[in-house]
Amino acid sequence: MPVPCKRGCGNNAVLKRPKTGDAICKECFFWAFETEIHYTITKGKLFNKGDSVAVAASGGKDSTVLAHTLKTLNERYNYGLNLMLLSIDEGITGYRDDSLETVKQNRDDYEMPLKILSYKDLYGWTMDEIVAQIGRKNNCTFCGVFRRQALDRGAAMLNVKCIATGHNADDIAETVLMNVLRGDIARLKRCTAITTGSEGTIPRVKPLKYTYEKEIVMYAHYKKLVYFSTECVFAPNAYRGHARALLKDMEKIRPSCIMDIIYSGETMSIKEEVSLPTQRLCIRCNFVSSQEVCKACVLLEGLNKGLPKLGIGKSSKVKKLLDEYNTRQNNLETAVKDLEDCNITDKKTSKTCKNISNGFKQKECNATNCCTNKTERNVEKNNEKLQTVLDKYSLENNSQVKLDEEDSDDSEIKHQDEDDTCSSSCGRLGVGF
Amino acid sequence: MAETLTVEVMFGGGAELLFNKVKRKEIALPPLKTFLPDSQNQNWTLKELLIWLKDNLLVEREELFLKDDSVRPGILVLINEEDWELHGQLNYELKENDKIMFISTLHGG
Repeated sequence: MPVPCKRGCGNNAVLKRPKTGDAICKECFFWAFETEIHYTITKGKLFNKGDSVAVAASGGKDSTVLAHTLKTLNERYNYGLNLMLLSIDEGITGYRDDSLETVKQNRDDYEMPLKILSYKDLYGWTMDEIVAQIGRKNNCTFCGVFRRQALDRGAAMLNVKCIATGHNADDIAETVLMNVLRGDIARLKRCTAITTGSEGTIPRVKPLKYTYEKEIVMYAHYKKLVYFSTECVFAPNAYRGHARALLKDMEKIRPSCIMDIIYSGETMSIKEEVSLPTQRLCIRCNFVSSQEVCKACVLLEGLNKGLPKLGIGKSSKVKKLLDEYNTRQNNLETAVKDLEDCNITDKKTSKTCKNISNGFKQKECNATNCCTNKTERNVEKNNEKLQTVLDKYSLENNSQVKLDEEDSDDSEIKHQDEDDTCSSSCGRLGVGF
Repeated sequence: MAETLTVEVMFGGGAELLFNKVKRKEIALPPLKTFLPDSQNQNWTLKELLIWLKDNLLVEREELFLKDDSVRPGILVLINEEDWELHGQLNYELKENDKIMFISTLHGG
């Protein structure tokens, strides 16, 4: 039985709007959807005429709809914005490589220039390599911290006035809920802000702040927008996942709860003494940081020194870990001298072996099994000695470095910024930017 | 011999990953009483369709698609391109050649 559009246009409704409960037709839905975002942009004074704006684009539904809508509104209302797409390639095979193809499609469809920055270029590590090093626990911390900074760097390169991200109403409500559940009052205070960023940083704006996820998906569907929809291949953020499930269950009973939670977050008055640490510049990379050395630099140092635990958990732990590392490093230098002769033997053998196997004598060599066995024996011997030294100085092989169980997701989350957590399943916010 | 009911099911927004990456499939439903002898309904509704999908097409992580006797909150259902919330949701009675689409919203960007 067809339901007529609530707006009285004479068409049949296709959608029940979660925000209002109104049954509405396709054309009226497009109009309402776009106009509400226009209202959010103008009321929040998100842009100034002539601004260059980077749309943080992941290829997912939110950023695809954001890019499409901003282009539409820019033309319709003559914002005079110079829009461009900014993507971060975390280096996650089977996930980001595919989604970047979608972003390239967006670039062509919306005729916007696209800038892609990779973790590999910026930090020397891909997420695949980081996960190989640290395991699947805590990897969202690396990804989130690096992405936040990568976006800043990209925006600086593009010389834009601000970065528009695809955070939608469901995301914001989820974050309010999570900050309440964690007792993270400082973040609760600012997580509903439509514009974030302090002095010296490029502001982030959220034009989709009041737009329901359901409507974003329906809009993309009816407009036939192409977006990428695969979950991140790495571990999801369990805590955020529960907050999300709770929110979705409540939305089913009372769809307005999403707007109501955002409203609660916005109007809650927080005691004056609760404030975020003051911002300063990282002494290493010169990017904005709340500490002397920013989180990205600490995490990176940990990776490069084979101490991936560094930077996960409380910042007070960092110094202790580094001191321990330096002591070991000094001890190791002495130990390395002891090992030198052994290493030389090994190198020589390998070289000979390689020569033989690459040359014509390979067959002969295989027949006698000379080189493989010899090399293995030597390496084994070498490893034994190495292991003894490592044990002596209580060092771990990189491959054996594991994160302590005590550093659970919860303790780590406390130190993450609201934007840090990965996207939807994977935490919902980050990858979707 | 009662006739079968033909409908088309479609999966998008990541929901297809739970259905062996099938995005669109025409299915022939047997008479309801053959499939579910205990059903209180006379005709196929979305409620029974979900059970049929679970038994026949859903290949992995059932909990990402279903919750209790409905779809997991966050999965949108379109009946002939229209929001199922306008059409009685689970109580919607299937008609020949209906197109039922399931779109997941539960994924990263």
